[in-house]
Amino acid sequence: MSAPKSLWRTVRTVVREPTWPTSVPRPPVERRTGVDFDTDWSRRYGVRLARAVVLDGVTRPLLHAVASPDIRGLDRIEQLHGPAVFAANHASHVDTPLLLASLPPRFRHRAAVGAGADYFFDKRWKGALWAFAINAVPIERNRPSPRSVRLAGSLIADGWSLLIFPEGSRSPDGWGQPHHPGPAYLAARAGVPLVPVHLEGTRRILGKGANRVRPGRTTITFGAPLYPETDEDARALAARLEAALAVLADEQSSDWWSARKRAAAGTTPALTGPAAPAWRRAWALPNGPRRRSPSTARPWPHLSDWRT
Amino acid sequence: MPRPGFVLDVDRSTPPTLFWHGEGYRLEQLPPGSRVIYPPEPLAGLPDPDAAIRHALRNPLGDSAPLPDLLRPGMRLTICFDDVSLPLPPMKGPDVRQRVIEAVLDVAAEKGVDDVQLVAALALHRRMTDDELRHALGDRVFDAFAPNGLLTQHDAEDPDNLTFLGQTEQGEDVEINKRAATSDLIVYVNINLVAMDGGHKSVATGLSSYRSLRHHHNVRTMQHSRSFMDQHRSELHSSNWRMGKLIAASGVKVFQIETTLNNRTFPDQFSFLSKREWEWSAKDRALFAASSKALDRTPTRLSRQILHGIRSPYDLTSVQAGEVEAVHAQTTEHVYRQQLVEVSGQTDVLTMGLPYICPYNVNSVMNPILVMCLGLGYFFNLYRGKPLVREGGAVIMSHPTPWEFHPVHHPSYIDFFDEVLADTTDPLEIEKTYEERYATDPWYVHLYRTTNAYHGVHPFYMWYWGAHAMQHLGAVIIVGGDPKAVRRLGFKPASTLRDALEMAEDVVGRDPSITHVHTPPLLLADVR
Repeated sequence: MSAPKSLWRTVRTVVREPTWPTSVPRPPVERRTGVDFDTDWSRRYGVRLARAVVLDGVTRPLLHAVASPDIRGLDRIEQLHGPAVFAANHASHVDTPLLLASLPPRFRHRAAVGAGADYFFDKRWKGALWAFAINAVPIERNRPSPRSVRLAGSLIADGWSLLIFPEGSRSPDGWGQPHHPGPAYLAARAGVPLVPVHLEGTRRILGKGANRVRPGRTTITFGAPLYPETDEDARALAARLEAALAVLADEQSSDWWSARKRAAAGTTPALTGPAAPAWRRAWALPNGPRRRSPSTARPWPHLSDWRT
Repeated sequence: MPRPGFVLDVDRSTPPTLFWHGEGYRLEQLPPGSRVIYPPEPLAGLPDPDAAIRHALRNPLGDSAPLPDLLRPGMRLTICFDDVSLPLPPMKGPDVRQRVIEAVLDVAAEKGVDDVQLVAALALHRRMTDDELRHALGDRVFDAFAPNGLLTQHDAEDPDNLTFLGQTEQGEDVEINKRAATSDLIVYVNINLVAMDGGHKSVATGLSSYRSLRHHHNVRTMQHSRSFMDQHRSELHSSNWRMGKLIAASGVKVFQIETTLNNRTFPDQFSFLSKREWEWSAKDRALFAASSKALDRTPTRLSRQILHGIRSPYDLTSVQAGEVEAVHAQTTEHVYRQQLVEVSGQTDVLTMGLPYICPYNVNSVMNPILVMCLGLGYFFNLYRGKPLVREGGAVIMSHPTPWEFHPVHHPSYIDFFDEVLADTTDPLEIEKTYEERYATDPWYVHLYRTTNAYHGVHPFYMWYWGAHAMQHLGAVIIVGGDPKAVRRLGFKPASTLRDALEMAEDVVGRDPSITHVHTPPLLLADVR
């Protein structure tokens, strides 16, 4: 055998993993991805500094250019200084950086983002990227995970605020989805306020399934903090959060007073939209159905060119 | 929690299996349907070995009194210990013999015993070098005893230093070291690497002479020991037990100390050798590739030196002390706990990769006779119940089997190979025709007594060691061996494992069942 061929075979022996006999059960592999991904390093001082530079120097200007955020209701959290759980509706990948960039500085640089362990942490490089960029921590979104709860609890205890989307994933059609009780549970467990935040307009910028960013206008509305009451369980707090978000959505699409009156009368439109076929749900969206993407290629011949 | 040993059924996705091949190793692809027997993982060592040893000395088994109660001023105390053939490879310091002997000497010093001698129980093995003694006993013991002539090595050919104790009911002569026989107490320090070690064999074999040894180191005994590792079916064991009882009846008092080790045979840089191939990490694969290629390209003398430099990181798993039989019963259980692997049914073809070392070539050359002895004497006999390979089956061994001998350590082996095996390979014929002459040859006796040579009769014993296998098997094939040397042994040479398997089919029939023993580390197949 020639020397290069022998060397190549040796290298291949080292690099490639041996095959596994069919009759031998594989032991559970110690996972280092998903909910087991270690993100402690992303909250060390040097990494925080680098993230703050990126967030303030790159992300915020970029988002202002792309999303033109109109931030409302900051006065409602003016008195809030300690850690809190921010819970927002979720329609786009833009939501997280936009919300982070919209937070007052005292929260912006001390907030961790609960991100789906199965989506953002399924590969080590992805986990590292999101842990650095937005201080993401892995959250098991389809079932309760003691590790996620412990991690979130320790972060709050260390003074970190959490940013979580109670719907668990982005809206597929623009309407809200049923809420998971996770954010309410964490807030109630840690005894910290739960802040509802309504985001509007992000779906038009980068909705689920969209393959490119379309600049547009967005509105971020902060609601009044919800304080867990004594003996209030997580489900009750989660229901209050969902109601508060619905009122914020109503407030955003109409005005504060009208929304208050509908809230008092119990006629606030539900976030989840009408129980109807897909086209009617799309039709009933507050800002109408999503527009079809205009073709980027000019049609030939363009009729306007031939009209006088 | 260490995993027990197990039997792998080879399938198409099984990676190649590691075969030792003398001073190197190879990966061989076994046919689907073959079995590979993997040894159990190392048991946890005792957390405080020295405390465990002290505890054992003070809490003996059987009807023995604690060691401190057996010692008194003015008595003659002889401490005997196993020689360089144990453990294999030599263990990383401190050697367990050092730990035990230091603990015994501490007690002896407390009790005011002045007349203490240390005797290496060599039987007919070669004398240990000073370095080997120092490694086994440690600097403190060696420096305290050797310069004063109080550290000696048993000389089985010194008539002035042997005592004849009598004959067993079966007419076996019992003759042992005079210093030991005339001591008020013998403390024997064992390392029980396999189930065969220890018990009455320690004194009855380790401290005896040719006159005594020939009663159990013979073809008949070996052929009736099935196997050496199974005390209930071993004639070797029975003979030693009869001798041991006679020694005790003669008034020789033995305080037996037996120790067991786990099978952490290889240090970190060679740890892949103990692992299952499909569990090799990238580091293991890199170490395998690097060491395998390097050893292949290294002159044999150098690679031998490198491998004989390996010191095993064995851990002490148990220590027992007291009356010989009670101690040995418990020790054997500890050995079984580490080594037993349950195997269902025999096989047509047994394959084995033979490493660079056996009990008789520590710091030496693995000559063709020792290759036979390791394969057919030791590995073949690593069973309890039935042999791994069926009667009339084939054994395939992988070893370079060089026509090479250590001129100092194995002088009589050279003549045995040239003269005896050129004439016949039949153990009974060899025993009848040649043994006496070699055993009493003055030149070999002189070399045994004054240099580091094995006794003249030793190659015969090695040959007898494989007598049971030779009687049982239909064919023995050596892969990658020197064809001339292999043929001289009476075996068949093969270039590759595939060739060897085809050759085996001529003897055992088409589509034979194949079993490979993945050892070392050592295992003991419990064949049902």
